[in-house]
Amino acid sequence: MSRMQKAMGGVVEVKSKFEAEYRRFAFKRNCPGGFLEFYSLLQTIHRIHDVDILLGYADDSGDLLPINNEDNFNKAVMSANPLLRIIITKKEDEPAPFPDNRRKKGLGLSVLRTNGSLSIHSKNKLGRMISRPKDFRQISSIIDVDILPETHRRVRLHKHGTHKPLGFYIRDGVSVRVTPHGVEKVPGVFISRLVRGGLAESTGLLGLNDEILEVNGIDVTGKSLDQVTDMMVANSHNLIVTVKPANQRNNVIHRGSRTSVGSSISFGLNGSTGPALLHDSTSPTSQSNPITASSSTAEGDSDEEDDDDDCDLIVENERLMFPESRRAANSNKVYSNSETLQDGPAMRTLQQSVSMPEYIASSLTDRAMVMSSPYGHS
Amino acid sequence: MKKFRRHGQESQRDRLKQELFQFNKTVEHGFPHQPSALGYSPSLQLLAIGTRSGTIKLYGAPGVEFMGLHDENAAVTQVHFLPHQVELVTLLDDNSLHMWSLKAHTGLSELLEIGRFTLTGPPGAPPSVTRVTAVLAHSSGELLLLGTEGGHVFIVEVPGFRELEERNISLDEIAKSVPEDYIGRRNLEHVEALLENPVRPNQVAIGYGRGLIVIWDIEKQCAIQHIQATQQLESVWWTEDGGYILSSHSDGSYCRWMAGDADVNEEEKSDIPYGHFPCKAISKIIQLPTKEGPPFLLFSGGMPRASYGDRHCITVIHNKIHVALDFTSRIIDFFVIRDRLHDTGDPTALVVLVEEELVVIDLETEGWPVIQTPYLVPLHSSAITCSHHVSAIPLKLWEKLIATGELQHTNYSKKPWPVTGGKNLAQDPPQRDLLLTGHEDGTVHFWDASGVCLYPIYKLSTAGVFHTDADPMNQGAEGEWPPFRKVGCFDPYSDDPRLGIQKIHLCKYSGYLAVAGTAGQILVLELNDETAEHIVEPKVVDLLRGQEGFRWKGHMRLDVQEEPVLFPAGFQPFMLVQCQPPAVITALNLHSEWKLVAFGTSHGFGLFDYQQKSCVLIKCTLNPSDQLAMEGPLSRVKSIKKSLRQSFRRIRRSRVSLRKHHISNTSKLQEANARLEAELAEMELAPVQRKIEARSSDDSFTGLVRILYFSDTFLADSSHTTPSLWAGTNGGCVYVFMLSLPPVERRADEPITAQPAKEIQLMHRAPVVGIVVLDGHGVPLPEPLEVAHDLARSPDMQGSHHLLVISEEQFKVFSLPKVNAKMKLKLTAVDGSRVRRMGVSWFGSSRSEDYGKSGLVVLTNQGDLLVVSLPGVKLLVRFPCIRKEDISGIASCVFTKHGQGFYLISPSEFERFSLSTRFLVEPRCLVEVPHGSSQPESTSSLPRETSQPNEDAESAARRVMEHALLNDQKVLQEIQNSLEANEVSLLENSVRNNIAI
Repeated sequence: MSRMQKAMGGVVEVKSKFEAEYRRFAFKRNCPGGFLEFYSLLQTIHRIHDVDILLGYADDSGDLLPINNEDNFNKAVMSANPLLRIIITKKEDEPAPFPDNRRKKGLGLSVLRTNGSLSIHSKNKLGRMISRPKDFRQISSIIDVDILPETHRRVRLHKHGTHKPLGFYIRDGVSVRVTPHGVEKVPGVFISRLVRGGLAESTGLLGLNDEILEVNGIDVTGKSLDQVTDMMVANSHNLIVTVKPANQRNNVIHRGSRTSVGSSISFGLNGSTGPALLHDSTSPTSQSNPITASSSTAEGDSDEEDDDDDCDLIVENERLMFPESRRAANSNKVYSNSETLQDGPAMRTLQQSVSMPEYIASSLTDRAMVMSSPYGHS
Repeated sequence: MKKFRRHGQESQRDRLKQELFQFNKTVEHGFPHQPSALGYSPSLQLLAIGTRSGTIKLYGAPGVEFMGLHDENAAVTQVHFLPHQVELVTLLDDNSLHMWSLKAHTGLSELLEIGRFTLTGPPGAPPSVTRVTAVLAHSSGELLLLGTEGGHVFIVEVPGFRELEERNISLDEIAKSVPEDYIGRRNLEHVEALLENPVRPNQVAIGYGRGLIVIWDIEKQCAIQHIQATQQLESVWWTEDGGYILSSHSDGSYCRWMAGDADVNEEEKSDIPYGHFPCKAISKIIQLPTKEGPPFLLFSGGMPRASYGDRHCITVIHNKIHVALDFTSRIIDFFVIRDRLHDTGDPTALVVLVEEELVVIDLETEGWPVIQTPYLVPLHSSAITCSHHVSAIPLKLWEKLIATGELQHTNYSKKPWPVTGGKNLAQDPPQRDLLLTGHEDGTVHFWDASGVCLYPIYKLSTAGVFHTDADPMNQGAEGEWPPFRKVGCFDPYSDDPRLGIQKIHLCKYSGYLAVAGTAGQILVLELNDETAEHIVEPKVVDLLRGQEGFRWKGHMRLDVQEEPVLFPAGFQPFMLVQCQPPAVITALNLHSEWKLVAFGTSHGFGLFDYQQKSCVLIKCTLNPSDQLAMEGPLSRVKSIKKSLRQSFRRIRRSRVSLRKHHISNTSKLQEANARLEAELAEMELAPVQRKIEARSSDDSFTGLVRILYFSDTFLADSSHTTPSLWAGTNGGCVYVFMLSLPPVERRADEPITAQPAKEIQLMHRAPVVGIVVLDGHGVPLPEPLEVAHDLARSPDMQGSHHLLVISEEQFKVFSLPKVNAKMKLKLTAVDGSRVRRMGVSWFGSSRSEDYGKSGLVVLTNQGDLLVVSLPGVKLLVRFPCIRKEDISGIASCVFTKHGQGFYLISPSEFERFSLSTRFLVEPRCLVEVPHGSSQPESTSSLPRETSQPNEDAESAARRVMEHALLNDQKVLQEIQNSLEANEVSLLENSVRNNIAI
């Protein structure tokens, strides 16, 4: 693979798909041109000049991400290795091609409506385009604001789709609790260090000396540091930690009434500067987005976790002969059969590219992937 | 309504649990760790061993065992039986004395602590005044004489521990009567020895550290004789006729003195047995008469300091025969068993307790051979590296094993075991169980694990197949002085660590044994009744097969003997496979029906056909980034020195086995608080941090094969079963290979082939520690040949099979043949514990004979035992079992097929535990009060009257609480009763106190 990359030099191979049609082309990595140029290029290649389209690309971790401005276009080009897979959908198409990464049951397919204000043709000259929350890969969120005390914070860290390390350390410590008998010192688990550039640090939701109260809905009191470590590592693909922040000044205020559920969401865009605006807690996105204002409880979370967990990769070799034929088969044949099978990785990559459409529809790693090849014998 | 129904179901489930599961630690097998004291009762014929952790263990006839634990965590320094009684006294390191009694309850004896006592000196006296150094249990059975560091002798009435102050023998009294010319007059030092005249019980010899021996009349309370030895005293012995006193000294000499009325300052005889050059002290000396002729003289120590100062020797001299028995570890104590009851006949056996084993020498047979011990066998004669349990051995194999084992026992004495106290009332074990332990020196020991005694059956050595540096050591030349003779089997020094046994698999039906070791060697052995000489040809299997860029930096392969090797009767190897690179074998399985052996290392796994002696399959499981596995153990970043130091520290830490202590609640709470405070303070100083990081595939050793499993199940379609091999790795991957076996008649000619069938990558990537295929009824598939021998119900091959994959973090059930996840149970994500050991057991119900259930038994890194239901993977019960700090204990655990298990509590002891209500192996024995003695009716002394019932009720309550794991109605009743009894006795006490006031 690496040898190939060297040979290709600065060329980006593009494989774009519109409905059932594929197109392949390439352009130079160092002069990709702008987003609009690329947009019209695709329209030309697919001969769909009059159609309003949405662009998406599959990044190296398998997520489908949108291309709708210069920033994420550059990102997409950077991520090409050297193949860049582009998926083109009609704007009117429903359901939307960009599934929400959260894969909530019942919310799995979010609807991306044709929104005039975001239409590329009409608005692209009016200042900077603001991407919608769904267009980014969510890496963390504050959840359950409505059911937790104000002093606590429940943070979900999504490991999926980032190459950043989770990046934090925990230690034993002493916590002060108010009990009927007065103030009491009890042992607790605290965050002792955040790794620079790690996921935990980049969210800004976890801080030094925050006390850890729960891990994925399970109380950590009475558990040893090693036990808590194991629990966190075992849940690392979808870690939900409830903390009591050491710094209580940035707490989410309930704004008086229960009905207005404030949920602040923090997004990362793989290093691009796009989402800076979103960190503003009063931004309309956090209020207007019913999907991310999650009211899921701990139980709900574990349900979802179950889904995540079932993504064990199962490779079944269905080319195996049936017992009757096996008896009769000569050993030569068997040998050649197994030889082709030993070339595991190559087969797998091939399979992936073939089954690309379903791959996206099932939002990738969501389900156990069963790769089957047609019967070699019958 | 709904609620009610659910409640009903729950209570039924609880009842079911009660019928099936019950946790008990039943017996400790092996040799007690760090023994510190030995005692023997000739009248009861029981021996007692005290340890540094405060346990006291009593042993009699095989199967008769008692264990007691002192509440104080202090070493037992002395054990003394009260003559002709069922009581014994222990002295602990903290200067406390404890009275233990063997009480019979409902036909079974129990060891109970019935009293404790600490000497109190006059106010202001230094602690040395009351620090006990010597104890004499007087033959009257009523007195205990306690010699102290200050030189005083206190007399205490037993069993009530009442100080008889008026009879104490103070140092001043003795000093007054010492002759003027005795040089050590000013300072006699501590009481070193206390001894009773075997003929006149009122005479007691008091030996002082400086050398003076005073014979004192305890009735008249006056000194009779002073014996003025000049050397530092080590021990004193009174000959049986009462005529002589023997004293041994720190310069390696011993003296014989005439005992009589006149003071003596000239010894009658003096000798330094290994003299000329300076010698070490003789720490104990015994002289025993024989009916005809010269007496036996036995003493420990006294070796020439410079040349043999490091030997641990006991010298036995009898009738011109002089032997220095050379032990491999430090001598704790020894005693001699004599012919008839009451200690008067000829010496029959010498019993020596050394630090690592108990050695019994037959003194009646010529050559003084060793008697094989039926218990207290040192499991750790070479360090244990692995263990394997096989339940329900067929009689044929069992008899063969016993017969071959007997051939190995020819060097032992034919005399029966001389310690015969007590009666073993336990029923014969329901089945024959075998425990196999693999050792560092390449041996495999076979133990009879069916009953209370872990009895050695047979020992297999694999070292003979290989060239090793060690040649058999030539024995000492003729005429060597001192005349050493090596005794004991404790030999912790391995010739070559590569010989170490890592995995064992025994097929009980066919008698095939597979043994795998540290240097990637796999031996397949077969039981043969006769000696045979043949060459074992090695087959080298390259697990990397052309993988480039990897270099093994670990140890080399073992060199195989090229000449024919003579194998004694027993298990004889007929096939040897050597892996390349020669990494430690981490997984092994043998299928005797298909005649296949599968093995795995950190690099991959292989399948070998031992009938055709050909390799069927090699699969490399390495991840290219797995550098660590490639380079072998020697290239680790950590220096060897450092890791050695660390492992020593770890061993030392694990040796300090903390045992449970019953402390009253308030003090416990305070202590816990103090400990917490201290711990927290410590934490503040140096916080321990743990990194939270998701597992990634490039973690080292992902390719390490953890488990290999054979099964005949639905792999390709749901109508035909196919033989298959399953392998689970450290990286959470399961590889499945389909095997094509030729029909039986062409089995020897046609090759076996294996094709990859499936590959499962667990997304949580935790190491796979177990793979089980369940049949249509949810029952695990039987072992190979089990059905053929009519010992198991044939599996349900009609219904759909399920696959259970046990990773360190989760239990997952998949459907077959299409692998779809069905059910799972998460462990680590919920409570942070990881699976360390697993086994499948069958649990029989305690109520109905025919009801039972299969369950998955799991030991976690927290030391908890879990039982998980099959096939539903629901957690049924959880019992705390091992301290989580005891890593070696957790790693050593093995499960039996019937809900029992073993783990090492020290390098030399297995603890047996049981999770089942039906299968329980525990000592049941009775010790009767000796006939010849009338048990003295206790004179109604007040302290005894008041303390005893309380003690009793308390201990009874404690016992009941321990058994009250299940809140059974009956048990509750019992608790209530005992509590009431307690109250009554308290009431009585207070009434009595009132009267006294």
